[in-house]
Amino acid sequence: MSSDFALVSVDELVARIPDGAVLAMPPDYSLSPAAAVRALIRRGAARLSLLGVPISGYCADLLIGAGAVGAITTSAVSLGEYGLAPRFTAAVKAGTIKVDDATCPCVHTALQAAEKGVPFMPLRGVIGSDLLRHRPDWKVVDNPFGNDDPILLVPAISPDYALFHAPMVDRAGNVWVGRRREVATLAHAARTVLVTAERLYDGTMLEDERLAPGCIGAVYINAAALAPKGAWPLGCLDLYDPDEAHLALYARAARDETGFRGYLDAHVLGAA
Amino acid sequence: MSDPAGQPIAPEERLIAAIAALIAEPCDHPVRHAAVGAASPIPAAACMLRQHEGHAMRLSLLQSRRANPFTEGGRELFDLAGQGRIDLFFLGGGQIDGAANINLVGTGTYPQVEARFPGSFGSAYMYFAVPRTILFREEHSRRVLVEKVDFISAPGTSPANVWRRGTPQALVTGRCVFDFVASRARFVLRSLHPGVSAADIVRETGFGFDIPADVPVTPEPTPAQLALLRGPVRAAMEVNYPDFCGRVWGRRAA
Repeated sequence: MSSDFALVSVDELVARIPDGAVLAMPPDYSLSPAAAVRALIRRGAARLSLLGVPISGYCADLLIGAGAVGAITTSAVSLGEYGLAPRFTAAVKAGTIKVDDATCPCVHTALQAAEKGVPFMPLRGVIGSDLLRHRPDWKVVDNPFGNDDPILLVPAISPDYALFHAPMVDRAGNVWVGRRREVATLAHAARTVLVTAERLYDGTMLEDERLAPGCIGAVYINAAALAPKGAWPLGCLDLYDPDEAHLALYARAARDETGFRGYLDAHVLGAA
Repeated sequence: MSDPAGQPIAPEERLIAAIAALIAEPCDHPVRHAAVGAASPIPAAACMLRQHEGHAMRLSLLQSRRANPFTEGGRELFDLAGQGRIDLFFLGGGQIDGAANINLVGTGTYPQVEARFPGSFGSAYMYFAVPRTILFREEHSRRVLVEKVDFISAPGTSPANVWRRGTPQALVTGRCVFDFVASRARFVLRSLHPGVSAADIVRETGFGFDIPADVPVTPEPTPAQLALLRGPVRAAMEVNYPDFCGRVWGRRAA
């Protein structure tokens, strides 16, 4: 059990993320930390390097539009059925962020390597993709167990911070994420793990055999904050669905800078 | 249930039937398990149509909030594909070229692109790991179907020594169906949707392709297929693709 686990407020949670940090977050469909992202913008975060696990959406677009992001490594940035991520697209066009394009399994594999404490892991495919030409950190070697069999190696990634929203946390710092195991892998790989949670579980989740397999053990968790509806306007597993009207509103508003500023004022900066 | 004969055939229903015919095509790799992205209602409906026609296959809808088939997180799809447990996948592209290279990143000179697309997603892996990929893009124009893509997210073919389980099978657009011949890295016109001529395809396509002497019209969905599409397939689609169902088949009476 981690002795330094702390239950804090959302503002205190994000105050732990310094400017310039590598910040990894799950995508819109998986435990996305929207409330914490709004708090990060309110505290004026800057020069963050985002990592999409394995892709990015609303939260990344919001941070980019607010000027909090210097670089992003991700396999895609998209609002899904609501279209292109407008502030990401504009920032790329303006040349104000650096993009390291990846492909989804490379991100998963790099985090799995960090989770195992090994410097790299091999992955099939990718050879012949232009992604490889722009990623000097990815290497192709000859399979040492094969014969003329080139294979990709991706280096381990240990993000400075992992930030996500979970349905439950207990006082010991165990966090329940159910079957969103890529978030568990992210927590195992990251140096510091910060979590918002829908609610506090009364008891110790690891003592319940039905809950324990869906938990990330407290050994990985540094701090958590209670944030009911903390994924809104995104959904949270089977607890609530995405707020489709609000996401459509965002997609429309963020098409231009003025509309985006209006959205920030109304839904981020004005909201405590 | 409405009388299928009473309603005109929707363009989407034609595309669904065309993809279903490609899935049914005899192949070294029969389809036991297809994976379909969240934003791909037409490929999803084609897989469901095959299931209702008696094709024993599993369909995994990715990013589906309900009936998510994975218990090991987002990486499980890629692990399954790596093991050879996914037989069919669908990909599109902001650009697709005549060698079936796809571009999901952007136009112009990377990284300072002119138009930025979302990104490559899992394409650079799935194209290799899955035996059959059907390319699907409704827009058939020189903007999309280009001689050479500006950025290769995933290559259509690979040198002989590069591990690759799969090849593109075909490209389905809003105007026609192309077969892909991997040994020549070239598309061959397979069928033309009703009202479209080979000359139209040449005019609207930025890459070169082969035109057989006799190019048939893309078969219309049969009455039995239409009944399945408008009945059980539509009912199954409502959960994940309500907007698509409303657009193609009309809003359900309350």
